[in-house]
Amino acid sequence: MEHIRTTKVEQVKLLDRFSTSNKSLTGTLYLTATHLLFIDSHQKETWILHHHIASVEKLALTTSGCPLVIQCKNFRTVHFIVPRERDCHDIYNSLLQLSKQAKYEDLYAFSYNPKQNDSERLQGWHLIDLAEEYKRMGVPNSHWQLSDANREYKICETYPKELYVPWIASKPIIVGSSKFRSKGRFPVLSYYHQDKKAAICRCSQPLSGFSARCLEDEHLLQAISKANPVNRYMYVVDTRPKLNAIANRAAGKGYENEDNYSNIRFQFVGIENIHVMRSSLQKLLEVNGTKGLSVNDFYSGLESSGWLRHIKAVMDAAIFLAKAIVLENASVLVHCSDGWDRTSQVCSLGSLLLDSYYRTIKGFMVLIEKDWISFGHKFSERCGHLDGDPKEASPVFTQFLECVWHLTEQFPQAFEFNEEFLLQIHEHIHSCQFGNFLGNCQKEREELKLKEKTHSLWPFLLDNEKKYLNPLYNSKSQKFTVLEPNTVSFNFKFWRNMYHQFDRTLHPRQSVFNIILNMNEQNKQLEEDIEDLESKIKQRKNKQTDDIIPKELLHSVHPESPPLKTSLCLKEQTLLPVSDALRTIEGSSPADNRYSDYAEEFSKSEPTVVSLEYGVARMTC
Amino acid sequence: MEFSELIYTGRAQAELLRGGEAPRLRGTLCVTGHHLLLSPGPQSTPDLWLLLLRSVDSVEKRVAGDSGTITLRCKDLRVLQLDIEGVETTLDIARSIEALSSLESVITSFPFFYRPKGLRLGDAWHFHPPERYYKRVARETTAWRLSEVNQDFSLCPSYPRAVIVPRTVDDDALARCARFRQGGRFPVLSYHHAPTGTVLLRSSQPLAGPQKKRCAEDEELLAAVLACVPPGARGFIVDTRSAQAAKQARLTGGGTEAKAAYPGWRRLHRPLERGRPLQESFVRLVKACGDTEQSMDLWLSRLESCHWLAHVKEALTTACLAAQGMEREGACILVHGTEGTDNTLLVTSLAQLILDPLSRTMTGFQELVEREWIQAGHPFQLRCAHSAFSHTRPKHEAPTFLLFLDCVWQLSRQFPLSLEFGEGLLLTLFEHAYASPFGTFLCNSEKERCLCEVRTRTHSLWSALNQAKEQRKLRNPLYVLNPLTIWPSVEPQSLRLWQGMFLRWSRPPESSEVVWEKVWQIVAEGEKTEGAQPTTSA
Repeated sequence: MEHIRTTKVEQVKLLDRFSTSNKSLTGTLYLTATHLLFIDSHQKETWILHHHIASVEKLALTTSGCPLVIQCKNFRTVHFIVPRERDCHDIYNSLLQLSKQAKYEDLYAFSYNPKQNDSERLQGWHLIDLAEEYKRMGVPNSHWQLSDANREYKICETYPKELYVPWIASKPIIVGSSKFRSKGRFPVLSYYHQDKKAAICRCSQPLSGFSARCLEDEHLLQAISKANPVNRYMYVVDTRPKLNAIANRAAGKGYENEDNYSNIRFQFVGIENIHVMRSSLQKLLEVNGTKGLSVNDFYSGLESSGWLRHIKAVMDAAIFLAKAIVLENASVLVHCSDGWDRTSQVCSLGSLLLDSYYRTIKGFMVLIEKDWISFGHKFSERCGHLDGDPKEASPVFTQFLECVWHLTEQFPQAFEFNEEFLLQIHEHIHSCQFGNFLGNCQKEREELKLKEKTHSLWPFLLDNEKKYLNPLYNSKSQKFTVLEPNTVSFNFKFWRNMYHQFDRTLHPRQSVFNIILNMNEQNKQLEEDIEDLESKIKQRKNKQTDDIIPKELLHSVHPESPPLKTSLCLKEQTLLPVSDALRTIEGSSPADNRYSDYAEEFSKSEPTVVSLEYGVARMTC
Repeated sequence: MEFSELIYTGRAQAELLRGGEAPRLRGTLCVTGHHLLLSPGPQSTPDLWLLLLRSVDSVEKRVAGDSGTITLRCKDLRVLQLDIEGVETTLDIARSIEALSSLESVITSFPFFYRPKGLRLGDAWHFHPPERYYKRVARETTAWRLSEVNQDFSLCPSYPRAVIVPRTVDDDALARCARFRQGGRFPVLSYHHAPTGTVLLRSSQPLAGPQKKRCAEDEELLAAVLACVPPGARGFIVDTRSAQAAKQARLTGGGTEAKAAYPGWRRLHRPLERGRPLQESFVRLVKACGDTEQSMDLWLSRLESCHWLAHVKEALTTACLAAQGMEREGACILVHGTEGTDNTLLVTSLAQLILDPLSRTMTGFQELVEREWIQAGHPFQLRCAHSAFSHTRPKHEAPTFLLFLDCVWQLSRQFPLSLEFGEGLLLTLFEHAYASPFGTFLCNSEKERCLCEVRTRTHSLWSALNQAKEQRKLRNPLYVLNPLTIWPSVEPQSLRLWQGMFLRWSRPPESSEVVWEKVWQIVAEGEKTEGAQPTTSA
């Protein structure tokens, strides 16, 4: 509260980001403890969570006021013009303070109260149970065991407590190996493929330098390959570009020497590091934020940002994993430098290709909990939850979501969830509204007592499950057990609905998706109604004696039909999710689009024709 | 028959590779006057594989040992490979295909021989004449009349016999206007926008020449247009060339309307690419789409440097500008470039799709294509002589019609419920515009079609498309009438490469087809259950 000096400013203008004619909405700006709120003259509200704010910029004073540009982590960009410079300055300073918290305890999750009692909250946290998940995969079994070596986070602070290792790996071997691995992140099981008896394992880079060896580490790798009864060799996948890995050797780190490990096949896959990814996204956003962007600038910007190239690299690495397991029955060990960014991307995406369970709503939550949250992807640092080193921030998880989106585009029937689900998850990794993504590892989360003080995101998503269902999902099709995506370049497209999710003028004006979703719902409803009616008929038949003619039956049922019809019509309207209504504007108005700027050209010769703005309201329904 | 002279070897043993997941076919290959047939041996599938020779765009031959390979690149962008036994046979067959696929005579072309079952000759040719559209206009306003001044095509060889003009302008004046416009294409009505009472006109450039000649009748005609519409309305002339290019056209006898001569009218220049640069853009895009090994960077830079999507954006922007002028400014719009047979039609037809809900129905769209492209004199035979693979230097080829279809596809993506037809119809029109067993897209103008008796001697594509069995392929299952104007977004982020067209043969078939199948299923289920309701209660 101490940061807020001005809580309300009137006559603020909100500029359209892409209009070159400086179209704007006038309204009132409110500053609350958690949100920035703008209400325009049509009473439309724009809420911006402070935690979503990535940067605030005060531009040079203009004649109409003081411009304030806010860029958000969910890719919303707003451009306000505040009439008085003093107000603008106050808001600017408040936002600078409010968007960068120093302590976890000041984050929204700790004050967010969705009217749930404690047991409901705890139940929410128990929704995803990783022990249950490993059981589903088929571990522990005769080859893999649950290790208690890390019970007090003694061996590795950034790993979870429960870790699955080969049956024959003893504790001394684990301890020895962990000393030879960066940050103590020794090789452990990430995914077990029951049919092929092959495993995806993960770790960090070895501290091999130019010549160092570690017998325990070599033993552990051997144990992993022995845990696969079908195939004795295993792949070790270093997800970094070879040059980076070599450079690491000078710092006493590096990669496995094939000569020291028996039965390994070593492979680089060349995914760039977090810094390259951060600046790549930055470039992409710069290009896309340009007013009056031409097609050529868009594509040359897309190319020079390298973003899609990086996405393809991640996807190719995941495909390598899936192929090794499916085609060769070989286990794979994946690492990068610390084993919490690229490794998480590749392991989780690889599992998603192999196992259709992860393509369901619940399964996807489990996948994120397992490969990202529990294995210590540093969400708080990568998403910049606290005021910290900006060089630690990187869109690694966003890339993962984008890869999944590309898969949903290539396999429209293979996923139970839809794009909206991915967007919601992305929204909440930055929102700090739920506890799931706070902190950088499990140990830290326990210390923060997140399960006692905050809520879990997953039950909230499940409550709205209907909104996130893919109407085309086909759970039965055998074709989709293992996904084999085609990564030819033209299969990668710019994800407009992510990077422009709030620029609704760029979206399709009608959504096929909602319509099909509604139809599906309606069909189900109708079928139920039919069943219902049929059972009623049966009941009546049973009740009536045989001499009653069916005509009477007709009379008795008929009056029910008209109200049924009206109720269906009502359903059709209420089924449309409210937030999505924003994105489905039929008709839309030319004022939203850039060619509207020629309207000025039209009216130049005759300035009397300007009262056209009223047409907008009529056309946008 | 003359074809036999061109068939050097009629028969060979061959194997056909169709790319993608289609199985190889082995059998006897036959070259006939119009087709390439492959008849598999008795043991395999009984299907006969058939290719219209006219749809072959380029032929490449290679020989090695005692066999040869012919690569056929088709106008619908498909690539086929034939492995043929015998070197001489291979060369002969390649020569035959080359010769037969590039025959120029219209009346010996396949449509004149094609007699499909279930269709009657002469059917559907009466579907969409200008007279029919005039009936609609006449219901909306009395200010326009149907003139038969071009009855014998003497005024304008590329116009149909009947055109719609202001009621106050008589045929003599029209004749003089025609002399002042290139190719005789004087301003005629393209679309009457009933909600605002304004009109869309099209013409060719005025023949002002270096002396800036004027024509009183032409000026009167445009003045008469402004008098037909609600008082106070202004006019805009959308010139599809740059101001510079329009000025330069004067040197060759063309030019543009002088400001002072046309009070109430203002000129806007919206340069759209045409002719060879457009064809090259198409060729480069198709080349880029054929390379499955290229890196992401190379692909994106090729997508950029071919400029195709930039052309899509420009075309849509200009159409929106015209539509906006009519809908929001209450202005009349005259569109022309040089000849008025290419980009002019692109702009007027797209503007109608944006404004007019009727043109977004199945029949409305067919009518639009017939009226604004075929009858309006888009020279299909010249423009679509070759597609993207031809090795010959392009002379008159330009994919303007394909650009139109692409823009329609972009509209259908942004308004997926507002168009009654689906991607299937657009792909079908593309195929048939370049090579077709039907007569609909033959010749360059109505005059030529009359001379060749196309209407009486060939079948119409429309009658084939409107058969019940074709509907599922062509219709949009989700269509609901949208009475509003559909304003698309033209930002580069909103425009997409039309994968269904350009990557049609290289992408896995499942994704889109399976999805549409599922959508049809859901829609059908809905109809079924809803239909089931009364029977249950009865």
